[in-house]
Amino acid sequence: MTLLSVSNLTKSFGGIVANDSVSFDLNEGDIYAVIGPNGAGKTTLFNLISGVLRPTSGSVQYAGRDITGLAQADIAALGVVRTYQLVQLFRQRTVEENVQIGFHLATRGGVGAALFRPGWVRRQERMVREKSRELLRLVGLESQAGLVADKLPYGQQRLLKIARAMAAGPKLLMLDEPAAGLDTQETSVLGDVIQRINDQGITIVLIEHDMNLVMRMATRITVLDFGKKIAEGTPVEVKVNPAVLAAYLGEAELE
Amino acid sequence: MTLRSTISAKPQVWATALAIAVAVALLAYVFGRGGYVVTVMGFAVIYGVFVTGLNLFMGYAGQASFGQNAFAALGGYGTAVLCADYGLEPIVALVLSATLSAVIALIVGYPTLRLRGHYLAMATFALGLITYELSIEQSGLTRGFMGFSGIPPLGLGRFQLLSERAQLAVFILIMLLGVWVARRLRGSRFGRALLAIGESEPAANALGIQVFRYKLVAFVIAAVYASVAGSMFAHFVGYISPEVFGLSMVTLSFTMLYVGGIGTLWGPIAGAVLVSFLPQLLRGFRDMQDIIYCLALIVILIFVPKGLASLWSLAVRRSDVPAER
Repeated sequence: MTLLSVSNLTKSFGGIVANDSVSFDLNEGDIYAVIGPNGAGKTTLFNLISGVLRPTSGSVQYAGRDITGLAQADIAALGVVRTYQLVQLFRQRTVEENVQIGFHLATRGGVGAALFRPGWVRRQERMVREKSRELLRLVGLESQAGLVADKLPYGQQRLLKIARAMAAGPKLLMLDEPAAGLDTQETSVLGDVIQRINDQGITIVLIEHDMNLVMRMATRITVLDFGKKIAEGTPVEVKVNPAVLAAYLGEAELE
Repeated sequence: MTLRSTISAKPQVWATALAIAVAVALLAYVFGRGGYVVTVMGFAVIYGVFVTGLNLFMGYAGQASFGQNAFAALGGYGTAVLCADYGLEPIVALVLSATLSAVIALIVGYPTLRLRGHYLAMATFALGLITYELSIEQSGLTRGFMGFSGIPPLGLGRFQLLSERAQLAVFILIMLLGVWVARRLRGSRFGRALLAIGESEPAANALGIQVFRYKLVAFVIAAVYASVAGSMFAHFVGYISPEVFGLSMVTLSFTMLYVGGIGTLWGPIAGAVLVSFLPQLLRGFRDMQDIIYCLALIVILIFVPKGLASLWSLAVRRSDVPAER
């Protein structure tokens, strides 16, 4: 079943066309990878889908609903949650608190609820604590729950970001370069975590430069180059696609 | 309960016991000794209320306000006018003044809290200056720079807290209520959102936290604390003037926050008590008093940069994890 359908999505910044009529469909349960050289428009594509940017033209359908141009928070509330390359953790808060803050959209209550703590608030807080624990277990950070996030090694900080995004209760999790800067060991752990999340029935779309990870995980791949989709297919198909090889290695070497 | 806190339960118990013992000893001394020590403690407790509110805005939400004295002035003059001129019950005057402060904080905060960093600091600073000017100019209401005297002590109906000791006891209860409220807020969805904003606005925003709205609410709550502190001051001294709520209030409260431990629950209270008593302890130095006072503050900030509250977490855990409360 199609979960996300991107059709003819275009975004231009002045004269620069960052995304040029990009279309692809994402099935429920996919681990879908978007790859391409630097500046190919991958992050722009993520920004268009998640509502950070409005597309110039084209549309995004999610679960049969048009979400083109909706506000970021509304899209997140529908279950499309993403991690950002540049957005940091709450470094001085504990690992557990980072995940608990992630529950913001999935919970409710303001000052009154905080002061008087009626039954539903206490139940909700208990739920937040328990589910935070579960998510930390999922990414393998349970034993570091009380540690200040800043003290985590780089690779584990990345896992914490994913756990924090998971707290919002995504149906579609968008990961922007989750393996950037990780070593092989850390990347392998990351791959396992992504697989475990996917096993829970959560559809994943990721931008990634680490080809080993992409080839290992992805069910389907879209390749962007200069804002255009130049190929789509399974890892095996994409690997041997001449247009992809040309984009990555340069035309001259192939001729 | 986490595994970690179960292991560290024992030092936590000891540290709590020690902190309570220090507080009880101090209170026993203050109430036993009486006189000016009670006055100093009264100011410390009033400032304790003030900085507990400011801490929500500055310590948790990470925003700077140099104009919180404006709301203390509103509370002080509100109580003075309503009690002395209109004969209202102190509690009614306090609530009315705090409500007015909240409304004004909402109106003023709506445009200013869109500013960040230095710009927010400047805008809030102006707020304090404007209030100062108004309290001098509106002499029909405030009696101008001569000050407003004849404010009755705190009381209820015909019952008045005539002794400073009795007022101090009630003040301590008010302060504990303030700390309790801050604690409830801290351990909630609302409090977590403030902490998130304090650390990284883009990250908070990405998680669906409405940054501006939360900042505004924190600002309004801090204004209510400041207003209550102002009302308490008016009752305690019986006299207020524009100077009382001047710039020195800002510098003093910042000192208390940083010396005590900004972003912690009890740190601001500890800071308020220490900073209030320090000049008294140093009176023996006579002419050198101010210099020694400043040196003492500098030494504290060098050796305990995260404030007195970090001594607590040092006792509880070996790592340099900042204190939770």
